[in-house]
Formats: sequence, C-alpha cells, structure tokens
Amino acid sequence: MYQVGNLVKKLSDKHGRSRESIMPILQGIVEKHNYLTDEAMVEVAKELDISAAEVFGTASFYTFLDTQVRGKYVIRVCKTITCSMKGKSEIIQTLEDMLKIKVGETTSDRNFSLIETNCIGWCHKAPAILINEIPYTELTPEKVVDIIKGYLHK
Amino acid sequence: MENKGLNKVGLIFEKINQKEVLTKAFNMSSNEIIQDILDSGLKGRGGAGFPTGLKWKYTAAEKEPEKYIVCNADEGEPGTFKDREILDKVAYKVYGGMAIAGKAVGAKNGIVYLRGEYRFLLPQLMKELESFHNIIEEIGFDFKIRYCLGSGAYICGEESALFESIQGDRGEPRNKPPYPTTSGVFGKPTSINNVETLVSTMMIILHGPGSYSQLGTKDSRGSKVFSVSGDTPTPGIFELELGMSVQEFVNEFGDGDTKAVQVGGASGFCVPRKKFQNTIIGFEGVPTGGSMKLFNSSRSMYNVLHNYLDFFAEESCGQCTPCRVGCQQLLKGVEKVKKGEVKSNYLNELVKLADTMKIASKCGLGQSVGNAFRTIVENFREEIIY
Repeated sequence: MYQVGNLVKKLSDKHGRSRESIMPILQGIVEKHNYLTDEAMVEVAKELDISAAEVFGTASFYTFLDTQVRGKYVIRVCKTITCSMKGKSEIIQTLEDMLKIKVGETTSDRNFSLIETNCIGWCHKAPAILINEIPYTELTPEKVVDIIKGYLHK
Repeated sequence: MENKGLNKVGLIFEKINQKEVLTKAFNMSSNEIIQDILDSGLKGRGGAGFPTGLKWKYTAAEKEPEKYIVCNADEGEPGTFKDREILDKVAYKVYGGMAIAGKAVGAKNGIVYLRGEYRFLLPQLMKELESFHNIIEEIGFDFKIRYCLGSGAYICGEESALFESIQGDRGEPRNKPPYPTTSGVFGKPTSINNVETLVSTMMIILHGPGSYSQLGTKDSRGSKVFSVSGDTPTPGIFELELGMSVQEFVNEFGDGDTKAVQVGGASGFCVPRKKFQNTIIGFEGVPTGGSMKLFNSSRSMYNVLHNYLDFFAEESCGQCTPCRVGCQQLLKGVEKVKKGEVKSNYLNELVKLADTMKIASKCGLGQSVGNAFRTIVENFREEIIY
C-alpha cells in the first residue's frame, strides 16, 4: 500500500477533470506507484466528481492499469507466438530462478513483478520483454541475468 | 491474376522536405486533396483496407463544424511492428498526413492513440511534434495534434473501441452504424487512419496519384510495409510493392523449409505450402495489415493455433456473447481434441462455431477469429488431432 497524497490533485491539474482525463490520470498513478489501490481510485473519482465504480470500470479493463500489487519494476514477458518459438520459456525460467518468484508474483521486497503479456511488437527481435516501459529484445538467458543485475543495483 | 513479383520500395521511409509537401497541400482545395487520394487507389493500411479517399470524402461531407483526425497507432496485431518503426523513423510524415487529412475533411484537431507498449517512444515523438507544430504555424495551417496513450488492450485497435478509450471509458466497441465518419470520437465526425496510411497520403501528395497507382495491382494499389518474423533468416521491416505471390515472398524471406505463412497476424489467414504459388498478398488474395509470420516444418501448427486462441480468449472485450464464449470454447475445444477427449470430427463443430462468430460478433475481433481457425484446421488437420 502507498499513500496517494496529493498526486491525484496534481495529475488532475495537469490533465483536467473531465471524463476523458481518467486514462492519463490513472496512467500517471501507475507510473509512480506501479499499481492502483482502491484508495487511489476513490480519490480519482472524488477529484473528477464521478462514481468510483466508473473509475474501477475503466481501470479494470486495461492490463497495464493493474489493480493488484505490483513491484517497482514490472517485467512483462511476451508470450505471443514468435517470442514463444524463439525461447520465451528459457527467459521465464531464468527470471523465475533469479527472482525466486513464479509468473504472476511479486518479490517480497516489492522490487519486481513477473508477468506474461501479449504481443509487444518486437517479433523480429524475439524473444522480448518490457521492464516498465523499456523494451529489451533478442534476449538470451545470459542477457536477462545482466539486465536484471542492472536493476538490482539501481 | 495480376502478379507483380517481389519489388522493394522506399516510399514510406524516404526523406522528404516536410514543409514543401505541406505547403503544396495547404494550397490545394479540400476536393483536390480528396480526389488525389481517391485516384491513387490507396486503401487503409491497418488491415481492413477501406479506401482512404472515401473515408475522407464522407467525413468532409458532414456539416458538423467540429471534426477529428485520429491516428490509430494501437498496433497490437501479433506479428505487426511496422508502425513502431514508422513512428520511430519518420513521425514527421505521420503528423504531416494528419494535417493533410485535416485540411481535406475540415478538421482542426488530431489525436494520436499510441499503444502503451510503445510509451518509450513518447519523449522523442513529443519533441518532433513540437517542431511540426512550428512548421505548420509558419505555413498558416490551423491544426493541432495531441497524444492519448493506451494501456495494453488489443481491442482498442478497433476504431470505435479506440474512441471509447480516448473518452476515458472501457475499450468496448460500439454498434455500427453510425460509422466514425458521422459519429466518431466525442460523437463528432472522425476520420481514423492507420499510421502507415497517413504517411502514404503525404507521399501521394508529393509524388502525385498517378505515380503511386503505378505500383501494385488493380485491387491493391501502392506499396506496403511488411513486418516479417518467425522462421526466417532476415526478420525485420520491409516495404514491398503489393501484388506478389506468397511463393515469391517465401523465396525471399523463407529459410528453405517454410511450410506455412500466417498472413495478417492472429486475425489473418494461414497459407500452406501447396497454396503459396496461387495466393497473392493483397486485397484480391490474402489481405494483411503487414504481419507476415513464417513457420518451418519443425513447428507444430497446433501450438500456433493454441497460441492465437489463447490470445483471443484474453483479448476479447467480453461485451458480446459470440466472441466472449466463442473464443473460450474454441480454445477448450482444440485442447479436448488434442487430448483425445472428443472425436476428431468435433473439429467440424468448432469450425461451425467460428463461422457463427463471424456472423454474430459485434466487431472485427470476434469476426476474424475464424480466419486463422478455419485456415489452420483445414490445412493442418492432422497436426491439430495427433
């Protein structure tokens, strides 16, 4: 859990308080806190003067607007056909071994979440993953180890 | 059947003087621009292939003063990645195409809907947008573009779902009609075009519709950017003249052992080796938004089909029953056939279900699940059963 504080207000000042501001506001919260809490969504509803159910309705539709706890670095491994053919399973295995979590889980220090995702548009450089918004492509288990080490030292 | 062979083209990524082309367009009338695009024969490059000139013409004909140009950059079809490359390399031409569309239909506002997976591009795109706004201001064009970001939903590539998403709602497709040209984003007349389509319109204004329509065939004018992946020694992004056969494509990109090409992604068609020669890549044969995936004989087509069905079951918005339940049942169905829990002729029932989804689903997602399903099951039946 995190305290959403005056972030919602700041984001609403920036993106406006109309219905269409929901997406950029929710995206802004996720960018900072990695996922949406009930408290944060209620706060958005208050700020935009709409029902919290409306906010939850929008949020729950989009896979990147997570409503369950996510780590600081969300690792999304592409599972669509080309990445599957080019070694996705080894990438997942390496990440699971290194982070000691399974797909769908978050490390106990809340640093990493590991999830699978649908095509992220890097099929010609498969296998590919996203860590937050940054893509990493043409991966091998060795490369993945190096990349994660880089994040561990951040 | 007209066959052009395989020819590489360099239109989309060609460096051009943006200001010169925009000035030219600015000095044309709305009708002249629309006529040029109509004459070029350009069809939408996102996959559906609606004639771009007609879309602009219909939007221009609307009396409502507030209109929008929306650029569909929600490139989510498995195996498609050309729009990312276009935005990365020549975003100024995408913006240029939007301004030209704006001039043609009488819209002053443009929105680029960028998929969340491409958010890393945004800082660079915003910088280019700033210099674009400066250039059109100098010319005297009254047109402003802004960005909306998606958040990981394939369905938002469907035009009306994309509008819902821009408006802050769940990305659930609307009933049609009304079509976007009458009632699009915010209920206003909207021309929504794919990234590549918009770049093509700018190139048509520059080179003229005559020279553009020299490329391609009667049904598929021009060139197309292809996203090539799978079992190929040369994966990547290639602009090719339309009108080649799958065989010619495979000769260029195959690894010598290609058994099938999936044209148009998960919602597209599977072409088996025996049909390579007689299948043209284009609207007269197999249409594609650019996704070309090659599979060699080491691959199980059951795994390919299962992967696609899993994709659709997850990405169906769940709004209409044929698609929501259909995707799940197709997935469960092929699993049962594979495990031998049902007789193999159960596949015929599943094909019927896919056909029903084509008729009964509300939007293109549910309607096109049957494309891959039918073509894979028909051509690789043994691989699905055993």
